[in-house]
Amino acid sequence: MNALIERFSTRTSSSGVLFHARNASLVDDGLHEDDYAPQSLATWGSTAGFGNLPQGIGAPSFAMPSVADPAAFLRLHTDASSSNPSCKIKINHGTTTLAFAYQGGVIVAVDSRATAGSSIISGTAKKVIEINPYLLGTMAGGGADCFYWETYLGMQCRLHELRNHERISVAAASKYLSNLMYSMKGSGLSMACTGTMICGWDKTGPSIYHVDSDGSRLKGDLFSVGSGSTFAYGVLDQAYHWDLTDDEARDLGRRSIYGAGMRDAYSGNYCNLYHVKQGGWEFVGNYDLNDLHYDGFEGKSYAHEERTRGRSSANPPLP
Amino acid sequence: MASLTHPLQREFNPYSENGGTILAIAGADFSVIAGDTRQSEGYSIQTRYAPKVFRLTDRAVLAVNGFAADGNMFVKKVKQRLEWYRHAHSKDMPLRAIARLIQTMLYARRFFPYYVYNILGGIEEDGTGAVYSFDPVGSYEREACRAAGAAQSLVQPFLDNQIYFKNQRPAPGTSHPVHLPLPTVLSIVIDSFTSATERHIEVGDGLEMYVVLAKGRNLHGLEGIRGMQELTVTDDGERVFVVRRDLKKD
Repeated sequence: MNALIERFSTRTSSSGVLFHARNASLVDDGLHEDDYAPQSLATWGSTAGFGNLPQGIGAPSFAMPSVADPAAFLRLHTDASSSNPSCKIKINHGTTTLAFAYQGGVIVAVDSRATAGSSIISGTAKKVIEINPYLLGTMAGGGADCFYWETYLGMQCRLHELRNHERISVAAASKYLSNLMYSMKGSGLSMACTGTMICGWDKTGPSIYHVDSDGSRLKGDLFSVGSGSTFAYGVLDQAYHWDLTDDEARDLGRRSIYGAGMRDAYSGNYCNLYHVKQGGWEFVGNYDLNDLHYDGFEGKSYAHEERTRGRSSANPPLP
Repeated sequence: MASLTHPLQREFNPYSENGGTILAIAGADFSVIAGDTRQSEGYSIQTRYAPKVFRLTDRAVLAVNGFAADGNMFVKKVKQRLEWYRHAHSKDMPLRAIARLIQTMLYARRFFPYYVYNILGGIEEDGTGAVYSFDPVGSYEREACRAAGAAQSLVQPFLDNQIYFKNQRPAPGTSHPVHLPLPTVLSIVIDSFTSATERHIEVGDGLEMYVVLAKGRNLHGLEGIRGMQELTVTDDGERVFVVRRDLKKD
C-alpha cells in the first residue's frame, strides 16, 4: 500500500517541471520523527486535508517552478509585495488590524475589506483567525499566507497539548510561527509580506506577540498592523491606558478601526471585535462602519461631521 | 551574434489568460453555479464550448476561471482527491471539507501558483445552500454570491444590487428577503450573462448553469425550465441538474 501512496500522492512526485524543495525541520523544538505514526492501511488516501504535509516533522513541502530564482518568478507573476501592479495573479491585500492588552484582557479589532489592486474583492473578509478557544491570530498582508500558516499553527498547538498535557503559552505559540517564518526566509523564498498578532491569555495573563514574515517577533501591549495602522495608532495612542474598563476598551478598539476605515482607502466595510479574557476569547460583535459614522454606537456618533452638525462655521446651524 | 555582445533577458512565462466568467449564488436550500463556455486567448476565440463548471459530487460543483490549462488540471486533481476520500471513507466529502481541501491544494502551489480563480457551490451538511470563493493561492470565504473572471467587475456590482440589496432601504413596513427563490435566482444568472456578453468581448457563446438541490427539496419552480438535465449519481438525497442556454456568438 505504501507503494500506492508513493505512486499517487502529489507530495512525493519529483519528476517533470516540478520539484519539491526543502523539508527544513525546526530543530529546537525537541520533536522527533517517531512522534508520528506511519500512515496505516485504514487511512490511506485521507491526509486530513493537509495533503502536502511531510511524514516527519517540519513544514509542508511546496511545488517550485524550475527556474534559477523562484522568488523573481513570483515577483513577476504575483503582486505579493505590491511591486508589480500589472501582474496576472492578484492576491488579496490591504488591512487595518489592532490588538491591545489592558487590565481586563486583550481587545482584538479588525476591518473586513479585502482588495486586489484597486478593486474591493470582499467587504466581509474574516481577518481574525480563531486558532483555538484561547488563541487568536490577526491577518494582514496576503490572506492565504496568514490563514494557512495560522491554521497550521493551530495543529501544532493541539499536538503540543496532547504531548505535554498542558495548553501552549502565547509566547511558545508565537515563537513556533516566527521560527517557521524565519526558516522560509532562509530557503530564499520570502513570503508575501504578512504581519500578524498572536493574542491570548495564558499562565502569565494577557499577552500579545507581533510576528511578521521576515521572522521578527515582538512582545508588547499595543500593536496595529496594515495599511491603515498609522490611522488606528493615532486614535489608539491618545486614549489608551492600562486601567480602561471593558466598555471603554471595546469602544476604543471599534473607534480606532472606524478612524482607519475612514482615512485609509484599503480599509473599511465592517469592524469585527473580539475580547480575550481568562477563560478564552469571546466574539463581541460585527459593526458596519457606515452605521458607526451616522448612528454611532449606542447613540454616540463617531463622525466628526455628525458631532459638529449645526455648531461649526463649516457646518452652520440652519436658519 | 547579438547575444554575445548584448545581455538577453529571458523569462519563464507559463501563464496565459483564457477569459470567460463564472458566477455562483446560494439560496436557502439550493445553490446555482454558472459559467459561460467561450475560451479565448487575446482577441481570438479558441473554442465556443469549453466547460468551466464541473460536478464534483452530488452536493458539490466547482467553477474554475483564469488559465484554462491550470484550471482543467486543478479540477482533475480535486476529483482524484475526492475519489480517494470515497475509497477511504465510503461517503462523499462534505462541502466545507472540500473547501478546505481546495485551500490546501492551492496553497501547496504557493510558490508556483495555479492561475485559477475557483468558486465552489453546493449544499452544506446542515442542508443550506453555500458558495465558497477562492483567490489563486487559497484565501477563501463562504458567501451568498460571487462572480469571478473577465466580467467580474461588471457582474459583481449587479449581484450586490440584486442579491444583497446593498445601499437600498426597504419600503416602510417591509424588509429585504434574506434568500431569493430559485426561479428568481436563475433569471438573475441569465441576465448577468446576457449583459456581460453585451459588454465584454471575452464572454459569450454558451451558458451552463448547475443547480444543486438540498435533500428532500421538491422540484417546485424547476419543472418549467426548458432543457434541464439531471446529473445525480447517488441516492443520498441531494440532486444536481444542469441547464444550458445559448449566448450571443459575435
